[in-house]
Amino acid sequence: MSLLELKNVYKIYGDLHALDDVSLKVEKGEWVSIMGPSGSGKSTMMNIIGCMDKPSKGEVLLDGVDISKESKKNLTTIRRDKIGLIFQQFHLVNYLTALENVMLAQYYHSMPDEKEALEALERVGLADRAKHLPSQLSGGEQQRVCVARALINYPEIILADEPTGNLDEANEEIVVDLFHKLHTEGTTLIVVTHDPEVAEVAQRTLVLRSGKLSKEVVNENFTGKIHFDS
Amino acid sequence: MFLRMIKGILFRQWKKMLMIAFTIALGASLASAMLSVMLDVGDKVNQELKTYGANITVIPKESSVLSELYEVEDSDKVGAYLKEDELGKIKTIFWAFNIVDFAPFVNADATLDDGTEVKVVGSWFDHHMELPTGEQLDAGVASMRSWWELKEGTWLDEQLLDDAENGAMIGKSLAQRLGVGSCDMIHLKGKNGECELKIVGVYDAGGEEDEQIYVLLDTAQALAGLDGSVDKIEVSALTTPDNELAEKAAKDPSSLTAAQYETWYCTAYASSICYQIQEVITDSVAAPVRQVADSEGAILEKTQLLMILITILSLIGAALGICNLVTASVMERSQEIGLMKAIGAQNSSVTLLLLTEIFITAVIGGTAGFFAGFGFAQIIGRTVFGSAISLKPMVVPIVAVLVVAVTLIGSIPAMRMLTRLRPTEVLHGR
Repeated sequence: MSLLELKNVYKIYGDLHALDDVSLKVEKGEWVSIMGPSGSGKSTMMNIIGCMDKPSKGEVLLDGVDISKESKKNLTTIRRDKIGLIFQQFHLVNYLTALENVMLAQYYHSMPDEKEALEALERVGLADRAKHLPSQLSGGEQQRVCVARALINYPEIILADEPTGNLDEANEEIVVDLFHKLHTEGTTLIVVTHDPEVAEVAQRTLVLRSGKLSKEVVNENFTGKIHFDS
Repeated sequence: MFLRMIKGILFRQWKKMLMIAFTIALGASLASAMLSVMLDVGDKVNQELKTYGANITVIPKESSVLSELYEVEDSDKVGAYLKEDELGKIKTIFWAFNIVDFAPFVNADATLDDGTEVKVVGSWFDHHMELPTGEQLDAGVASMRSWWELKEGTWLDEQLLDDAENGAMIGKSLAQRLGVGSCDMIHLKGKNGECELKIVGVYDAGGEEDEQIYVLLDTAQALAGLDGSVDKIEVSALTTPDNELAEKAAKDPSSLTAAQYETWYCTAYASSICYQIQEVITDSVAAPVRQVADSEGAILEKTQLLMILITILSLIGAALGICNLVTASVMERSQEIGLMKAIGAQNSSVTLLLLTEIFITAVIGGTAGFFAGFGFAQIIGRTVFGSAISLKPMVVPIVAVLVVAVTLIGSIPAMRMLTRLRPTEVLHGR
């Protein structure tokens, strides 16, 4: 059984088909990129996979459960238990320190554990910045806090929406390296990006165009390492 | 973690919360000022109204019965009198502290040299008394007829003038008719004696008193041959507006149960004060001057209604202010709220967090507002009534309940908005 399966999924806003009969499967431990131009339906797909939205039609099976039929409250619980979210804008709570931002995810999941949260920050190389507020961190550091927050509850899937969109090359590499590390530990990664260099790092790239899955590319030479053209 | 978050927002984002606290403080200050004044205004308004004359009259029982039976207008003519030496006892009743002023009156008919008949009224002007309780009191018409306008001369000052017993004050109309004024001498011949009086002042009372001559009690008693007797006592007392119990008691105190009687006796109703005066003045009937008592009640009720309306309006204003500020705060923090929901927070958790923040802010703002309001109340008290407003303990819980209610009501739209907020709308910009 696939960890995630979309069967003939549609998302329709009035006349607009943000997703138009999309079907795909993601296996446990796989690293998948979703690429496409603006308005292709990447974020819509991420919202549906991330249990933040429901499809207009079709089935979305996450770990065998059809999440398209679940209530809003249950979706929140599923999202909390199974999914780690990484955002382009980081979305850190600005009045909490890096450590507290990581603990926030623990708090809404189960029980905050400062030691464990500090270990998560250590994994992303930010243990020494634990007591800093987001405004005192660089963009790359903020994104690494965001990664630490996403992985703190050991989710089944890490969903990253344009994770390197606001980062320079050096930080982009750090983040991709973190993804590689998570992948080798067995975490399933779905990365939504419009950056081909980031997309090509994954084992498989799905290309969306006008809400339809137009292409699927399997990376035969998968290394999990980013290669910049220049 | 919950406390860390609360601490974070309150200490690291205090500027955002300051405006909410300020709005709550403003509402709470107006509410506590108005409530403090409202709860204290009864005594203050009563005290103010006492400057417009007596609200209780005491007459001999015989006069009262005859005037009721035969509808005699002038009950002074029936030949019954009160004892002058019992006057001080009025200040010994249970509600003695509520008796702010009183004066005895003796009416004497006299004739001037030219044969003109005039009505002479004897009373106290600013009579100094040593009471049986050891208390000292200055009472008389100088304070009970404070609305009299002095047209000429001065008030008759029985404490300063050596020859006060030979002084008189004359009503404006009578003075004009007789062609006399301040410093003129008049010769009065009464039923039992005669005297030569110097007019020290001409007053305008705007009523029948303008046709009378006011002299000291002793002088009138000498003219009428009523040594040690008075026709009537006017009492100015601080009273509580009547209710059903007071009305029932006024008709017949014996119809009350023991508990009702105790409640009535120990409340400053005009009827219970009258009853207590009757207990100390032999063969007397004390009755409230209904018009004055009713007006006092009506003015008091209207003043309190005005205060309540101002309080309600100020609280509505505060609720609207809180509503706007909290809604703006939720909108401003929509990404943060969206994120919390995205990482697993249920609506209840986020609502609890925001409400806790707002309530802590409300407690801070409410406390500051309460003390500021009490300060405002003092300004109102000093400016309007010329005295301090006392802090009634019940204002504290009332203001606390109002602050909580207003904060809760003001936060409802924001909380509705919060629960409807979808993470996808704020985290991806859709």
